Amino acid sequence: MKRYFKTIMLFWSTAFASQLEYQLNFLIELLAMLGTLSGSIFILSLFFSDGRQLGDWSWEAALIIQGVYTFMDGLTNALLRPNLTEIVNYVREGTLDYVLLKPIDSQFWLSIKKFSFAGIPEIILGLTIVFWSAIRTGINLSVFNTLIFFVSLFIGFVILYSVWFLIAASSIWFVKTWNATEVLRALLAAGRYPITAYPVILRLIFTLLLPVAFLTTFPAEAVLGELKLVIIILGLALSTFFFVVSRLFWIYALKHYTSASS
Amino acid sequence: MQDNPRELIRVDQLSKIYRVADKQPGFKGTLSHFFNRRTYKVPAVKDVSFNIFPGEIVGFLGANGAGKTTLLKMMCGLIHPSKGLVNVGGFLPQRRQTAFLKEITLVMGQKQQLIWDLPPMDSLYVNAAVYGLSDEITKKRINELADMLELGEELTRPVRKLSLGQRMKSELLAALLHHPSVLFLDEPTLGLDVNAQARVRSFLSEYNKQTGATILLTSHYMADIIALCPRVICIHNGSLFYDGDLDSLANSLSPSREVRVELKKAYFPEQFVSYGEIQELNDRFVCLLVSRSKLTEVVGKILSDFEVIDLEISDPPIDKLIGELFLKGEIS
Repeated sequence: MKRYFKTIMLFWSTAFASQLEYQLNFLIELLAMLGTLSGSIFILSLFFSDGRQLGDWSWEAALIIQGVYTFMDGLTNALLRPNLTEIVNYVREGTLDYVLLKPIDSQFWLSIKKFSFAGIPEIILGLTIVFWSAIRTGINLSVFNTLIFFVSLFIGFVILYSVWFLIAASSIWFVKTWNATEVLRALLAAGRYPITAYPVILRLIFTLLLPVAFLTTFPAEAVLGELKLVIIILGLALSTFFFVVSRLFWIYALKHYTSASS
Repeated sequence: MQDNPRELIRVDQLSKIYRVADKQPGFKGTLSHFFNRRTYKVPAVKDVSFNIFPGEIVGFLGANGAGKTTLLKMMCGLIHPSKGLVNVGGFLPQRRQTAFLKEITLVMGQKQQLIWDLPPMDSLYVNAAVYGLSDEITKKRINELADMLELGEELTRPVRKLSLGQRMKSELLAALLHHPSVLFLDEPTLGLDVNAQARVRSFLSEYNKQTGATILLTSHYMADIIALCPRVICIHNGSLFYDGDLDSLANSLSPSREVRVELKKAYFPEQFVSYGEIQELNDRFVCLLVSRSKLTEVVGKILSDFEVIDLEISDPPIDKLIGELFLKGEIS
């Protein structure tokens, strides 16, 4: 355990050092993030400009969802995107060989090797929007609700990670699966709006089949103190299920790995 | 890994069959490749068996696509065998248990593990953490290995700015930091210039002497094999066709020796035909291929029949022999 912790520290400090090698790129990434965020807040403000409502969400409540989305997007940019899109390259170039021969879990290595620090401002901004909007709704933000909020964020992140890893792992057979990860980003983007804003059928699909609701809507409901206990239990079960499936799938995929020839 | 002097690596009737998709050229071929991918089975390694003992340096010879790399990757656990058995130090490699992985290392000449934008030193400390080495031990080992490899300030310069030779030496350092007892080297000298090749070679032989590590390597450069490997295993079309020491390989490949003669004056080619196969005839110099059984007799006759200034007997160069063999695609 201590070895894994030390490894993460070294992974991330080297990741930080590599990113600083290219300062301009780092700045551009930050600017791009700010642009996207202000764009999506502007669109959201259009929906509410005439005092209209989205689903049965008020402007502040919808802003909370926007905050959760920003937070998830930040985590995605910091961890998921740099690592999971890289798996394809490991397979294509055959450097996966080196990872597999290290006395460390290969899924751990592939999932956490890199960390993009450009994602951190987005993570902080996301949380700030959530708590600022929550206070504006006049709701009493209890310690318990805050705890539930973080648990539901964790559930959402695990689900997103597992599905993404599952798709990335399939590159062992198909080698190129970049398009599939784009679909996932679109899925996450669908979570920018409250789940109740969608038709009933989509709502069901987004809850159970493609658990978009767990990514943004449910954490937001947790802040508002509206999340049902059943949903949390369902979320815990679903995220465990997705994670175990991703793990089993990876073990299965490695049996079929033939390594790039030289 | 094992204390008794029994074999360290046991390979028994090992086979690997790949599924390969076949694509016809042109747009039509692309379409049918996309919608109706036809695969067929290609045997990459067929029924190969051998044993390797602790401390040996063994070279794997074979043409491109002969199955050397596949064999090597089955031994280090990257590829699951289709049939047969590999056992390395009591472990089944494909299980990739931690205890096994800590004992082995893989170096691939054409793929690198060092982080491209950072100095090798950063990658070394990442590796050390992965293998659970303390900072103290890491520092000590880096110093030792850097001395042996003649690496200095290169270790603190970004990898992308290093020459190929410096990079390869850093790769070796990274691969040996955890003191593995079995080294799998796939073309470790690929693309290096003659000097750098020689340095890598002398390092490997020194490492083998100092640590008693077992080294298995494939190489296209005969010089690597001649300098390092007393024992070679030749693979052709996935099958093993020779396993033994390098000298006897030369003998079995070529039952003849080269006799180079410098003469006092020039002779006609016809005059040499009865002595052996003429390889070269150049004014006063002649090179004959003479079968080993008749060697003393022929040399005696040459000395009495001609006015000889100098005479030299040697083995034909092994790389030439093996090259010819692979070209002919024959198994002797």
